[in-house]
Amino acid sequence: MFDFNSYHKAKSVDEAIALLSQNPEAIPLAGGTDVLVRLHGHNKNYRHLVDIHDVAELKKVTMESDGTIVIGSGMTFTGLAHSPVVCENIPVLNEGGSSIGGPQVRNVATVGGNICNGAPSGDSASPLLVLNATVELKGPDGIRRLPLYDFYQGPGQVDRKAGEIMTCLRVAADDYRGWSAHYYKYAMRGAMDIATIGCGAACKVVDGKIAGLRLGFVVAGPTPLRCWRTEEKTIGMQADEELIDIVKNSVLGDLRPRDSWRAAKDFREQIIKTLAERVLREAIKRNIRNTEME
Amino acid sequence: MIRTISCTVNSKPVSWQIDVRMSLSEVLRTNGFTSVKEGCGVGECGACAVLLDGIAVDSCLYLAIWADGCNIRTSEGESKGGTLSEVQQAYLDNGSVQCGFCTPGLVMSSTEFVEKHRGEKVTRDQIRKEHAGHICRCTGYESIIRAVEQCMKPYEKGK
Repeated sequence: MFDFNSYHKAKSVDEAIALLSQNPEAIPLAGGTDVLVRLHGHNKNYRHLVDIHDVAELKKVTMESDGTIVIGSGMTFTGLAHSPVVCENIPVLNEGGSSIGGPQVRNVATVGGNICNGAPSGDSASPLLVLNATVELKGPDGIRRLPLYDFYQGPGQVDRKAGEIMTCLRVAADDYRGWSAHYYKYAMRGAMDIATIGCGAACKVVDGKIAGLRLGFVVAGPTPLRCWRTEEKTIGMQADEELIDIVKNSVLGDLRPRDSWRAAKDFREQIIKTLAERVLREAIKRNIRNTEME
Repeated sequence: MIRTISCTVNSKPVSWQIDVRMSLSEVLRTNGFTSVKEGCGVGECGACAVLLDGIAVDSCLYLAIWADGCNIRTSEGESKGGTLSEVQQAYLDNGSVQCGFCTPGLVMSSTEFVEKHRGEKVTRDQIRKEHAGHICRCTGYESIIRAVEQCMKPYEKGK
């Protein structure tokens, strides 16, 4: 039996917000693959649950008229893998999502949960960071939006205020149209593993020059990180070997990998440089191929 | 925190009084469906996998209350009148069962796989990837993959 004191099941986002507002200690429960694991014994941070597992309005992916992709926070990773909107426009999200856990976990685990847990290793975080995703939260005071990058505050800490529910993640048309991206998870096993390092890259090449480049890493710092300084350096550069070299030798300056029982810091640094090169090379290749096809 | 859930287990409608704190695996085992094994309790080993409306889930990390209204399949429901299902028979034919603890869960994932991909030509890589949510410490997985291949073969297009 899981160990918690109170349980309320919400049928809608508004009901969930009302329930969360009544009890500031309450935690939203969606897929349960992270929260329930923590409830095998007494856990003082998880005494009260508001169940949003069956809130239908959170379980859809839509595209707005301006091309913005709206990903409901309650979408499972299997659901995302079957979503035509995701597959056709932002397949990099599924490169991250399909590397999470195993099939049974992906059948129930949600993208909102993966982000709201604030894990430095969340495999959907890196693709969403390089897509410049915005987080939408709804609470007693209404709706607010902020960049995913700012939503992360520390290990296991996100900027979700009491009474708030993450309703969706939004990706604007300008952040994926004309862009190509790739994510690679380096882990010890091919499945059921946490990334040693995860690297995402997105780029937009116009006339052989970098019009935009984004790099997002997981397990390379206390939160998922972008490589702002490296990215800035590359704007306007030729998409050639020199660019790859500059990125490879610059990314560590933007990241803060550490020693942990899963991997040593210097090993992580080696993987970061290698992945930056490989993943960026693939993203550039895809972008040039996609542009030629148009 | 007692509630009532109504669902179908192996084609039989049931109505159970449950505590909302109970996992689906606890409720199933309490009601005699002991093919459902609790291994790791954290979603890594897959020994507790059951099919919920045709989709494999780890029942140890799934609140029983979420199964209200669902159609549940467990390994003991797969054999009919003493005859093993094609997946179970293939496991037997290929020596895919050694200690047997992981088998009921794996059989359910294989069943989902075989039903989902019937008529398609699947790769070994696909079989491995879609069975990756299970841990077996005896077989080395090779015999399990062979069992799945045996199930797929008669249905491949052009055969």
